[in-house]
Amino acid sequence: MTASGTFGYGEEFMDFFDISCLGGVLVKGTTLEHREGNAYPRMAETPQGMLNAVGLQNKGVHYFAEHIYPRIKDYDTHMLVNVSGSTIEDYIKTAEVVNELDNIPGIELNISCPNVKEGGMAFGTSCPSAVSVVEAVRQVYKKHLMVKLSPNVTNIAEIAAAVEGAGADSISLINTLLGMAIDAKTRRPLLSTITGGLSGPAVKPVALRMVWQVAQAVKVPIVGMGGIMNTTDAIEFMLAGASAIQVGTANFIDPCVTEKIVKGLEAYCIENGFDKVSDLVGAMEV
Amino acid sequence: MKKYIDDFKVIQNERLNDEYVILTLKHPGKMPEMMPGQFVEVRVDNGPNTFLRRPISIHDVDVEANTMKLLVQEIGEGTRLMGKLNEGDICNLVYPLGNWFSLPEKPRVLLVGGGCGIAPLLYMGRHLKANGFKPQFLLGARSEDGLIALDAFRELGEVHTTTEDGSVGTKGYVIHHPVMRTQTPEIDQIYTCGPEAMMKVVAKYAKNNNIKCEVSLENHMACGFGACLCCIADTLDGHKCTCTDGPVFDSTYLKW
Repeated sequence: MTASGTFGYGEEFMDFFDISCLGGVLVKGTTLEHREGNAYPRMAETPQGMLNAVGLQNKGVHYFAEHIYPRIKDYDTHMLVNVSGSTIEDYIKTAEVVNELDNIPGIELNISCPNVKEGGMAFGTSCPSAVSVVEAVRQVYKKHLMVKLSPNVTNIAEIAAAVEGAGADSISLINTLLGMAIDAKTRRPLLSTITGGLSGPAVKPVALRMVWQVAQAVKVPIVGMGGIMNTTDAIEFMLAGASAIQVGTANFIDPCVTEKIVKGLEAYCIENGFDKVSDLVGAMEV
Repeated sequence: MKKYIDDFKVIQNERLNDEYVILTLKHPGKMPEMMPGQFVEVRVDNGPNTFLRRPISIHDVDVEANTMKLLVQEIGEGTRLMGKLNEGDICNLVYPLGNWFSLPEKPRVLLVGGGCGIAPLLYMGRHLKANGFKPQFLLGARSEDGLIALDAFRELGEVHTTTEDGSVGTKGYVIHHPVMRTQTPEIDQIYTCGPEAMMKVVAKYAKNNNIKCEVSLENHMACGFGACLCCIADTLDGHKCTCTDGPVFDSTYLKW
């Protein structure tokens, strides 16, 4: 799959490859109301990674349902909507709108965005708040409910178990790590928001560790992500316990990277005697 | 316009001075059409600290030879690595990206560039000349060293220059040049690219004199094709991506 906020609505990549080879596309973070996002600059390159502070820029779920959904609903892959909000009420109302869209088979509940002032990550950093938002959305959302966790916590396995108990069908992780960058020449922050979310290969070891920890704690499928740049990275996440993976930042550098990983996974299985890719899940030998 | 990702071959690396090089890149087959004002995203290989591609304006295009030129100012690690590319090296591009300059409705056209911002103006000048216009260029720099590729511009039209230290051309910024100081400007359309402070002054001049003005922004980008939403410009319609809604904007559309 492709990670939310790194693949637009899939349309941006059509010139580069046929996205029907993908397991799914997570469309941009969608909120109840239109959001302009944060001021420029919202991006800074860091060693083996980047910081972003986009701040969930999107036109709101009603615009999505009326104008974007008709364009993307017949794509030959699973089009999933990443849902975010500032209040539980926002999450519920947004999920209700998406629930009515026949060709959207699931949502990814984003309780982990580090770039918004209210809500977002705050919901995902404590068990009671994570449970309350997942339970509330579960009441109104009838299809596949994936919940995206924040790595900015002390014990991610505990949050994952709580979210599973609240009714999540799958768990995706990790969202970006809270970070910052300063320009020593100007003595100013490189992001308008001072802090932002770190992604890219720099976060991969952290992500891999968290996927492995969560895999010990829950029974629902795990969707692993964090710095996946190639097939080998993807395999590592599956060995750690991810049933599926999302590719994010790598899409910016090689827009064809996901197609290459799909083919690469198949080749790895053939070379190493695995009948199917799912045989890799949790197959790390200790 | 359809986007591509291809390996180009470096066929020339012309060093202009300590700061600037012009790379000539050859397409492996028939190069697709590219418009003046568009840019490419260059993959920077072998940089220990570089990660993202670098957005670089298309400086010139030779359709017959299937080559394009990139004017690169070595500012950071990524552009310094690009400056070290040798003949025969591979340069992977995502291209052509962004929108492009429109053709003017009236004949008197001025292209105003500062620093590395002169890059897209050469290709635009060629495009204008091919369409029967007689472009004038106004190119500014800190000093003589920063005024580059002048001969290439002179082949396309009259070239005016300014330098901050007065080492060549009119002393001062582009706005101080007589071509922009006349009471009744003999210009119908301006195209500008360069430092934001320069473009803002040029845009203000254009607005005050009822001259249509297109500016080309150089915002930092991650993807270059509308997926990351990092390179936004503040417009009358809110945040717009410099990479897909721009890099060329009508100056009055920007909240400057």
